[in-house]
Formats: sequence, C-alpha cells, structure tokens
Amino acid sequence: MQYEAVVIGVSAGGLRALSEILNGLPENYPLPLIVIQHRSKEERTLLEEVLQAKCAISIKQADEKETIKGGTVYFAPPDYHLLVERDHSFSLTCDEPVNFSRPSIDLLFETASEVYKDKLVGVILTGANSDGAAGIQAIQQRGGLTIAQDPETSHFPDMPRAAIDTGSVQHILTAPAIKYFLLDLAKKTV
Amino acid sequence: MNNSPATDNEELRELLESIRFVYGYDFTDYAEASIRRRVRHFMSANNFSSIRALNKTLLEEEVVLEQFIQETTVNVTEMFRDPSFYKSLQENVFQRLATYPFIKIWIAGSSTGEEVYSVAIFLQERGLLERSVIYATDINQKALQTAKEGIYHLKKMKSYTSNYMKAGGQRSFSDYYVSQYDAALLDRSLRQNIVFSAHNLAADKSFNEFQLICCRNVLIYFNQQLQNKVIDLFYESLCPFGFLALGNKESLLFAESRKNFEEVDRKERIFIKTG
Repeated sequence: MQYEAVVIGVSAGGLRALSEILNGLPENYPLPLIVIQHRSKEERTLLEEVLQAKCAISIKQADEKETIKGGTVYFAPPDYHLLVERDHSFSLTCDEPVNFSRPSIDLLFETASEVYKDKLVGVILTGANSDGAAGIQAIQQRGGLTIAQDPETSHFPDMPRAAIDTGSVQHILTAPAIKYFLLDLAKKTV
Repeated sequence: MNNSPATDNEELRELLESIRFVYGYDFTDYAEASIRRRVRHFMSANNFSSIRALNKTLLEEEVVLEQFIQETTVNVTEMFRDPSFYKSLQENVFQRLATYPFIKIWIAGSSTGEEVYSVAIFLQERGLLERSVIYATDINQKALQTAKEGIYHLKKMKSYTSNYMKAGGQRSFSDYYVSQYDAALLDRSLRQNIVFSAHNLAADKSFNEFQLICCRNVLIYFNQQLQNKVIDLFYESLCPFGFLALGNKESLLFAESRKNFEEVDRKERIFIKTG
C-alpha cells in the first residue's frame, strides 16, 4: 500500500473547497482523511452536519483515543488541537494556540508525518493565514506527498501561497483536480 | 531531522522513566504525541541538543526540573470556558448541592485558576459560596501560585464578560474585578473558601470526599490506563450521588467504572455517581 492517510488543512473559504473535494469520494474510500478547519469555538458540529448532507463518505468529529480508520473524514473539534499517536489513534490537547490557531494545521501535520512518514498525503486549501506551511515542510521532509490548492482559484490565497513559498509543495491543483487526484491515489492504494 | 524516530521514542521513554524514578513526577502514562512535542519545545527553548543531554541535566539540577515541570504541564484555560457547561452546572448540579449543609468541591487540574473562580462566582450568586470549600489542585506549583493571586490580563476580561453572560451570569461581570494598568484583580472575597494545593493525579491518592469533582480537559493528556486510574480515584473521592464534570470531548466510554455513573447532561459531560 503506497499511502495510508490524507491530512487536509483549510481555513477561510473552506466550506466550498471541502464540499468540492469530499462530495466526490465514495463511501468506501480506502484512506482516512483528517481535516483541520479553522472555525469559531462556539460552533460545535454544524460543519460536519452540513457536509455530511452532501457527501457519501462518512464524516465525523474526531474523538480522543479513537482509532483512525479508512473511509472516514475526521474533523478536529473546535478549540482543541488534534494530534496523531503512534498507535494510529487521535489525541486532543488544549495547549496554547499555534499560529493563533487551535486547532492548528501545523500540529496535526507534524504529528501525523512522524507516524505515517512517507505514507502521508498533505493538502493545504484556501485560507487567510500561514498555518500549515511548517507542517507541509515536515511531510515533504519525511518523504510524504504534498499538495496545495491553486492560489489563483482559492477563495483566500494566502494559506496555499505560504505553503508553496516553503518550496515543499509538489502539486498545485484546483479543488476539483484535488478530488480526482485523491481518487486516483486510492486506485493505486488498493 | 536529527535522530531516527525509533531512538527518539526510546530516549523519550528513558527520560520520563528517570524523572519518575528520581523525582516522583510520573509522565510515563501521558499521551505521547503531546508530551513529545512539549519536551522538544523545552529543548529548543533551552538549547538542549539531545534528549540524553536534557536527561542528564534534569537529573543533576533540580531547578531545571522545576522549570521543566512548569513549562510542560501548563494547560491553557479561560474563565467560563464553554458557557453552556456552566449553565448546565448551575441548573443541574448547584440545585442539588444546595441541599447539603456543607459543600465540598474538588477542581482537579485547576491550572492557573480561571475555572476555579468561575465556579466560585456562580456559587456566590446562588448564595452557596459561604458554606462551600473548593479544593483547587494542580501538579504545577507556578500555575497554582498564579491561581492564588487571581490576577489576569485586563484584555481578557472582554471575552470573559461575554462568556459570563452566555453562562447565565446574573450580575455585571465588572463587579468581580478591579482593574489596574493592564491587570484585572479578581474580588478577594471569592478566594476565602478556596484551598489551593499541589496534587499529582498520576501518583497521589484520594484526600477527601466531595459532592462535586470538576476535571476538565485534563484526562485528554493521559493514556487509557491512566485515565482509568484517575476515574477510579474520582469515584473513590465522591460521596454517593456526587457529581463528576469532565471536558466536552472527554467521556467515561472506555472507563472500567463507567457503570457506576449515570449521565446528567450528555452534551456537557456531567455525570452522577450511582453505584
């Protein structure tokens, strides 16, 4: 198996980009997708519900100690950092925000890349900050695959641009192209 | 990337084992990804080139160990964090607490004290603070000191005021503090019935019996085994029909003693000891 997990970091403008990508994935998509979407801490589960209504693949908020499985999209709960443990389970923390963000994309990407190493795919989508740039570097340095949404077609270009500026992004794609890329990846994976 | 991850993990384990052996602080059952990150953070902030070097210094210099504990165990918190939780606490728990002549509450992992004062304020608004004692405990001495002082950044008061109102506060939040320069000093009378004390959930035992234990966003830092141990400790420390309040992503789902608790508010993670 070539890849074992996909991590996605997304901020402002995320709902649209995420629906464009996730609604094309089948229920039995073999890889787990782990998503950090920056959002208000008051909003508890609305995003998951809105996306689930449009998508075949199952979407849920990650629980602490939950074992990571394929065919599932996991979202970080608002106001917690989401980390990947060596036994392929999640942990949550209330540590200080990183890049003014909790959850932080960098933190998920860094811990996931330590566990999945070269079997990890990292994706940075639309956003108005630079969280995830260090995380993308970490994934690339451990031999993983890195993708950024094309800033030209991103609702907010700053975040994908910051990732691209690190020199660690291998593929720059539109949201629909990212969907097809992930679908192809799965074919190679099975 | 200096070391291979495998060596890194072994060295981390060794470090945590030796801290436990020499000083009694037990981090060996902490969730690993987070403790590893905190150790790395401490290393880069204090110019340690390897875990081995850090290990050696920690064992030789207790001052550095104290600093290590302070920097690796601070839990970031706020007043009335999750306002809906405090609303439920008042509606579902305080009403029952009011039937006791003397109320004992344990806030475990009280960190820098924001949650302790939040509970104290709502007890006071219900006329219960005078006959309550709140035990606020934490492993981190420096955080306890901050908690005792009850002085926070003035700029945080805006969001605390908004949280307070959403949580069902009955007064003007500004009644609870005086501001000086950029600091807000919480009303001293809130502190009268609070006992601040060091307690290590991973190693220490039950020390009293309580009608309410709040331990929010602490268990997420522990592995399954330690979580179970701590929940057992809470079980032993609660009176019959005592309440246990956890953080909103924490549950008793995997706890062996879960059958001894019933849910009072599923969403806000408030439980009652029934068994």
